[in-house]
Amino acid sequence: MIRLPAFTYLAPTTVDGAARLMAEHGREAMLVAGGTDLYPNMKRRQFEPKVLVGLRGIPELRGIRGSAAGGFTIGAGTTLSAVAAHRDILRDFPALATAAGLVSSPQLRNMGTIGGNVCVDTRCNYYNQSYEWRKAIGFCMKKDGDICLVAPGSSRCWAVSSSDTAPVLWALGAKLRLVGAEGERTVPMAALYQDDGIDYLAKRPDEIVADLQLPPAEGWRSAYLKLRRRGSFDFPVLGVAVAARLEDDVVRDARIVLGAVASQPRPSEKAAAALVGQRVSPELIAHVADLAAGPAKPLDNTDFSHPYRKKVTRVFVARALAAVCGLGDSGVTSEEVA
Amino acid sequence: MTKNEFAVIGRPLPKVDAWAKVVGETKYADDLFLPRMAYAKLLRSAHAHARIRSIDTSRARALPGVVAVVTADDLPRVKFGILPVSQDEEALCADKVRMVGDPVAAVAAVDEETAEQACRLIEVDYEPLPALMSIFDSLAHPEVMIHEYGDGPNVHKNVALQFGDVEAALEGADLVREDVFFFEGNNHLPMEQHAAVAHWARDGKLTLWSSTQTPHYVHRVLAKVLDTPAAHIRVIATPVGGGFGGKTDPFAHEIVACQLSKLTGRPVKIALTREEVFYTHRGRHPVLMWIRTGFTREGDITGCHLRTWLDGGAYGSYGVASTFYTGVINPVTYKIPVYKFEGARIFTNKPPCGPKRGHGTVQPRFALECQLDKAAEQLGLDPADMRRRIVAEPFTKTANHLTVTTIGLGECIDKVVEASGWRDKRARFGVSARQAPRRSPKKRGLGIACSAYLTGAGTAIYWNDMPHSGVIVRADRSGGVAVLCGATDIGQGSDSILAYLTAEVLGIEPKDVHVHPADTSLTPVDLGSYSSRVTLMCGMAAIQAAERLRDAIFKAVARKLEVSPAALVARERKVGVPDDWDKAVPFARAVELGEALHGVLAFPGSYAPPKRAGKYKGGGVGPSPCYSYSACVVELTVDEDTGTVELENVWIGHDIGRALNPLLVEGQVEGSVYMGIGEALMEEQVFRKNLHKHPSMLDYKSPTTLETPDIHTILVETDDPEGPFGAKEAGQGPLLPVIPAIANAIHHALGIRIDEVPITPDKILKALDLKRAGKPARVGPERLPLFTFKEPLVVESAFGQPAEAVVSRPFASDDKR
Repeated sequence: MIRLPAFTYLAPTTVDGAARLMAEHGREAMLVAGGTDLYPNMKRRQFEPKVLVGLRGIPELRGIRGSAAGGFTIGAGTTLSAVAAHRDILRDFPALATAAGLVSSPQLRNMGTIGGNVCVDTRCNYYNQSYEWRKAIGFCMKKDGDICLVAPGSSRCWAVSSSDTAPVLWALGAKLRLVGAEGERTVPMAALYQDDGIDYLAKRPDEIVADLQLPPAEGWRSAYLKLRRRGSFDFPVLGVAVAARLEDDVVRDARIVLGAVASQPRPSEKAAAALVGQRVSPELIAHVADLAAGPAKPLDNTDFSHPYRKKVTRVFVARALAAVCGLGDSGVTSEEVA
Repeated sequence: MTKNEFAVIGRPLPKVDAWAKVVGETKYADDLFLPRMAYAKLLRSAHAHARIRSIDTSRARALPGVVAVVTADDLPRVKFGILPVSQDEEALCADKVRMVGDPVAAVAAVDEETAEQACRLIEVDYEPLPALMSIFDSLAHPEVMIHEYGDGPNVHKNVALQFGDVEAALEGADLVREDVFFFEGNNHLPMEQHAAVAHWARDGKLTLWSSTQTPHYVHRVLAKVLDTPAAHIRVIATPVGGGFGGKTDPFAHEIVACQLSKLTGRPVKIALTREEVFYTHRGRHPVLMWIRTGFTREGDITGCHLRTWLDGGAYGSYGVASTFYTGVINPVTYKIPVYKFEGARIFTNKPPCGPKRGHGTVQPRFALECQLDKAAEQLGLDPADMRRRIVAEPFTKTANHLTVTTIGLGECIDKVVEASGWRDKRARFGVSARQAPRRSPKKRGLGIACSAYLTGAGTAIYWNDMPHSGVIVRADRSGGVAVLCGATDIGQGSDSILAYLTAEVLGIEPKDVHVHPADTSLTPVDLGSYSSRVTLMCGMAAIQAAERLRDAIFKAVARKLEVSPAALVARERKVGVPDDWDKAVPFARAVELGEALHGVLAFPGSYAPPKRAGKYKGGGVGPSPCYSYSACVVELTVDEDTGTVELENVWIGHDIGRALNPLLVEGQVEGSVYMGIGEALMEEQVFRKNLHKHPSMLDYKSPTTLETPDIHTILVETDDPEGPFGAKEAGQGPLLPVIPAIANAIHHALGIRIDEVPITPDKILKALDLKRAGKPARVGPERLPLFTFKEPLVVESAFGQPAEAVVSRPFASDDKR
């Protein structure tokens, strides 16, 4: 089997302590929570940390607190299984429960955390390979190389944001609390990301996602659809998160965020704006789906062909909108699997 | 003999190794740990095609913890390969690499981490050569020779056989269809990666424990490539965690482990990674197919002409056999009066293809069954009725001189048609049944396909007159019985079958029978777990051995009870006269009586298939003692907006001859259906920039239980005179019809034809776009290679000639003993 390289494991018991350790060890250190993505990546030498700062022994990172009226706070170290099965989340933020429950397989959801999923490494099928494979093809700029193999003329990396929960949290208007060695700050989801396959997280390396804060649920409805090859294991190659607030048949507020179409979750603000103030109808949904899918530019670096992913983007946006708007007769299910 | 007369046969018993596997007691090769054992890793080529200028291992040797580093210079320069005609492999490449993943050096170290690190310190100076990554590339560049042998530049094998006047038969047809299909390559994906432990002891004798389906062939190859007497080599087959044909060749890692053990004096373990399994491969050949078939108005086939082009990859492996198998088994299923087959296997710079479940027959079966479906539609015939009409005749010969015995295909078709509600659903589902405007994007469809497969290859891999299977049955005074047989249980349950058959003959329980793993020093030769041969061939040998033991025991018990041996029966762990059962002797006592009379009670059984090879060159591939038959109906839903296919139900009727254990048969059938679904919808071993695109279990897509529909298995028993208690094979045949049945069901649902597998959602959407544009709604290969097949060997068709049932088999009687 492929073996893990040697590393030092540090086990702080507070978030502050973890942040200090990260600052102390600098570029040599990485955070680990469930380890479901990090350890396989270390075996393939995609990550080569000398020091791992483990978050599993920090009690304050665990658990879900709050209410529908006041909003919920989810500790970043809460497992994906716990999020998916939480009664209040299921009732008030069904898209989040769905997304958490669609990550990988049951075993990995029991280990993997929501904070880990929000920060999960971007993926590319030129990059998610063994060291020997990457060496044979000549390495790419994301690790050990200089060029992008999917877009050779490009000066940036096009690895794909592969979180299921991030687009949903973004669509739900969630914020996150970051704790760093020099203090803490609370920012909207959008502020965590930037569209670069290598530096996809816009936070300082010592900053730790401590918790995720969901706003009051009042009147919002949400849906998440995931495209992947199989009903288990697979990362999303398209995620569609839709949240909307309706009064009668009229949309008062809406957010549409696409996952796995860029190096960060991508909001479709134009499409969402086209919904607001409108009475829902199949024609409106078709129009909005076109607007949302238009800017999606998948590249040939994940499962499925990229023209196919682009085609299905429109279908999935329409289906997610139909589900949220109560026009769910177009074959939509909460667990869309292609 | 009716079913009721059996005590063990026909009962749904658990496998004899079920508990050990379920609770983790089974020791696979990677579970073996010997004192002072070193761990080895192979350094593999990063180039698809290159000359090796030099290899510098000095930095690797200097790494603390490394105990040996080897290159081709440290091994005898002897090439090997599974087939005598294709000796083209090297354990470590000497002068040239032919694919990414070719082994060039190896390291043994105190642990795996050190071995891996040392491999990265080996410097290989390569001179890259042009990489030929497809059939078209390889034929277009004869100046770039991957190998120096074969039937032409980059042509490994070129075959052409003709049985009867096919052109005349096609001219006389009411409908002639010409279609082109492509079947993408795929891997076996066994759960257990290949692993081996070698120990070259100080007495100069070598033992190799390996996860292999063919310990006997590995034994022969080790003797050859290590330049060591076979008598001093012992190969022990460890339990195999899934084979499917992927562990049927002798492999570089086995040879290298032996040599490293010789050099270090330590036992050496080598366990491949999943990525290495994809390079070791021997999986399904990508095959391009052209098929031209004539039909009468009623749906009879007048004649068939098939051409296949196989993308063989970098080495020969079983490729010559694979090439023949794309042609020669087709005439076994339906009445095909005249037949022509041309096939070619082309070398490319990719991991070598070989035998995967259904070896070579899966691809043309897809082509033939899809073409039949198209013909039925054109002729206005129901595809199930049309197939039912043309089922081959039992106890006849095919056009290409294969002897067919029992055929349960008609009954299989009838039963799956009835169980699936075929007639009702074909009328209700499907694109032609829908008049109403679109409501749901999910469309339902139903498709059917059939197939046949051999129960054991009729000829051995190397020419010889010896048994294909040998068994020794030894009774001990406890009443236990040991069965020694060179067969390997690869999960198909061959150890269980040996226990059941022995127990049945001797009137004891399967738990009383101890089946020992294949060990070339202890067990008689069995050729290996391939070609669905083990239940039939080892089974026949086990029955013969057990009957000899029973006869000896009966003789002794008869003397004690003062009755005739012919009056005795063995059952319920006793031997006695049925009418006087109170006096019956317990089996353990009967063994003591037998041993007192005869001495040690150990008896051999031997089996070789009837000699039926066609009297023409190439006639050795295809004959089998008997053939299994399968019919499959698939019910599915396709989402026409996303192209997603969801399987609802699979009904599969399988002519098993006799189900020795219906539970095991159903397990084999369900496994075949599952594997067929993966090949039909997802799996593809494809390459990009000369590298395997996704050599991991996450990114190489294969279905999970969530993608597996309800499988309804219907067993049809035909009691074949060639099989043990009438049994035929179950391990491979049921895979064959699943793939075309899925393709045909998708056509029924949407009115589109996807003439290549895997049938992925993007191909479905593409075909729907073509359909909406008023163009032919087909996605499939558009061009064929420019290639000249050799002049065919023309032989008269033997179609319809009566065939003898049981002809005399070698070793069948006791006369020779």
